[in-house]
Amino acid sequence: MAHTQQEVLAGLAELVNDETGITADAVQMDKSFTDDLDIDSISMMTIVVNAEDKFGVKIPDEEVKNLITVADAVNFITENQG
Amino acid sequence: MKQLKESTPVSHSRIYGLGASRGSLVVTNDEIAGPIDSSDEWIRQRTGVITRVRAAEDQSLMDMATEASKEAIAASGIDPSEIDAVILATISFPYQTPSGASLLSELVGAHSAAAYDISAACAGYCYGIAQADAMVRSGLARYVLVVGGERLSDFLSPTDRTISFLLGDGAGAAVVGPSDHPGISKTVWGADGSNWDKVGMTDSITDFRDGKAAWPTLIQEGQSVFRWAVWEMSKVARQALEEAGLEPEDLSAIVTHQANMRIIDEFVKQLKLPESVVVARDIAETGNTSAASIPLAMHRLLKEKQIKSGGYALQIGFGAGLAFAAQVVELP
Repeated sequence: MAHTQQEVLAGLAELVNDETGITADAVQMDKSFTDDLDIDSISMMTIVVNAEDKFGVKIPDEEVKNLITVADAVNFITENQG
Repeated sequence: MKQLKESTPVSHSRIYGLGASRGSLVVTNDEIAGPIDSSDEWIRQRTGVITRVRAAEDQSLMDMATEASKEAIAASGIDPSEIDAVILATISFPYQTPSGASLLSELVGAHSAAAYDISAACAGYCYGIAQADAMVRSGLARYVLVVGGERLSDFLSPTDRTISFLLGDGAGAAVVGPSDHPGISKTVWGADGSNWDKVGMTDSITDFRDGKAAWPTLIQEGQSVFRWAVWEMSKVARQALEEAGLEPEDLSAIVTHQANMRIIDEFVKQLKLPESVVVARDIAETGNTSAASIPLAMHRLLKEKQIKSGGYALQIGFGAGLAFAAQVVELP
């Protein structure tokens, strides 16, 4: 069943918390993964792979660099989920 | 018509002894952080590297390979003249030809041995062990010297933020010979040529010769390599365990290519290894030495008595190519 944007955001926030310890509340749509949340490239990839599992979506390597903000990731997942 | 005579196979092979040689210069993060606009803290946090060892100016790849080989041969209790083949896994021997292995065979006293280099980057040592295992069991060779040796400091850029700052120099060696019981499991190996460009050189040496490029140095697409090294290679590791007929709890140690501590940590997490399995973390002090990293890391665990002879270790090499190889070995 497709996840709503709100569900994707909440799920993604959990994954960010698991990987980095950043509180889920801090993961908001307008935040940049690197500039605001200070997530490095390796943690980002771990979050991406875990998001693929969680939401049944394929996020290719070349797409990862386009996921600048939380909204970018939420939108990509929402639009491409299986 | 007469029937051809073939080599006489033996049932099993194992590693007899290991040897190690590291670059004699210990390079701290502070020493290299400037040109990449970084810091000790940043490098430790993102890679787990505290120092890397690099060769002194007068310390050649062949010096390190010879020192490691002599130790491995002595630990094996064989005479160098008994060695039938010498395999050097390297990407940094500075001659296109002849092979480094040919010179190495002479330097260690394996005078008439077959000798050749293999280019499988960070998977090179495990490729070499796979070949040695096959050679010994087929009867083609009785003893094989396998060396992973690199002087990567000749091929790095001080301003590269993708891989150079992780790299170190060293050589690790193993002697493989016949055994009365299985000592090397079937190797799971391969290469993903569709990702040929994910780890490699900035340019070709002919472009350098023609003035079209600077001296080629190592470079990687870190994020893609991280994904492949953890999630694809953990599948290969599980497959290698299966081929060996073992469960994770049967292992004494896991010795991955020492690419980055974050890869090692995530890799171990994916494999769900029990705490009894010792995880090689030589990268913290030695850095990433490509083909040398697995034998160096295993040698350290044995020397520090973190693991004992006779136990099983899963070793897995992965890197440029993208080439990979994994097998379980009985610790010498």
